[in-house]
Amino acid sequence: MAQGKAAVIRSDLDIVIARTLARDTAKMLGFGAIDQARIATAVSELARNIFLYAGTGTVTVREIERPGRKGLEVICEDQGPGIANIDLVMRDGYSTSRGMGMGLPGAKRLMDEFDIRSQEGAGTTIICRKWRT
Amino acid sequence: MESLRIPILKIGDVLIASIQVALHDASAVQFKDDLLQRIYETKARGLIVDLTAVDVVDSFIGRLISDIASMAGLMGTRVVITGLQPAVAITLVELGLELPQVLTALNLEKGLAALRRQVEEGGDGAG
Repeated sequence: MAQGKAAVIRSDLDIVIARTLARDTAKMLGFGAIDQARIATAVSELARNIFLYAGTGTVTVREIERPGRKGLEVICEDQGPGIANIDLVMRDGYSTSRGMGMGLPGAKRLMDEFDIRSQEGAGTTIICRKWRT
Repeated sequence: MESLRIPILKIGDVLIASIQVALHDASAVQFKDDLLQRIYETKARGLIVDLTAVDVVDSFIGRLISDIASMAGLMGTRVVITGLQPAVAITLVELGLELPQVLTALNLEKGLAALRRQVEEGGDGAG
């Protein structure tokens, strides 16, 4: 489980596959129904972001542990154009395309931890975590 | 790939569509187009979209639902969304999508009742 399971994003069908993978993993790890929905929804937003802006990428879901608690980690990686201004895309309502401008900030609100790294021309990596309560 | 088609049922002057599968983006857009076309063909005065079996509504599907309500409204058809699961309602609000302009009801039965009231109050549905 440490390696996790990955979904390759190439089409809008893969967005559904990625969020189903996230939900199934969350369920297996003992997350409740509401957290399962939060995790699945966040992964849906992040996977769509990969599809819309990078074209292809991967979403990996794995179990993580810290002393006294267990959780789920989602790693989204792409080699797309990258994000020039992270502060701007993390702002509610900002959108460059078909989105409502709540993909990334929305996903951040649904998860407990959210880390985004991006380099223009090299790609974007987003790591987010949800801890089991 | 052929997109999944969601059946749209007609009962009297009301159309009912219940989403039973995980919608990917293309099938969701197809669903919106199908609904508007059916409204046009049947001159339905009301539309119910039942989400009882839907366990994830992300911003794309959320916006689509909001668009369906606005577009059907422009055509003179009232829309009620029914059967939102608690977890879906919670994630939608946390996501920042509260859909304030969309009429909702707890289940299909209450949705139909709400639609009847709306249609009666609205007269011809143009009000």
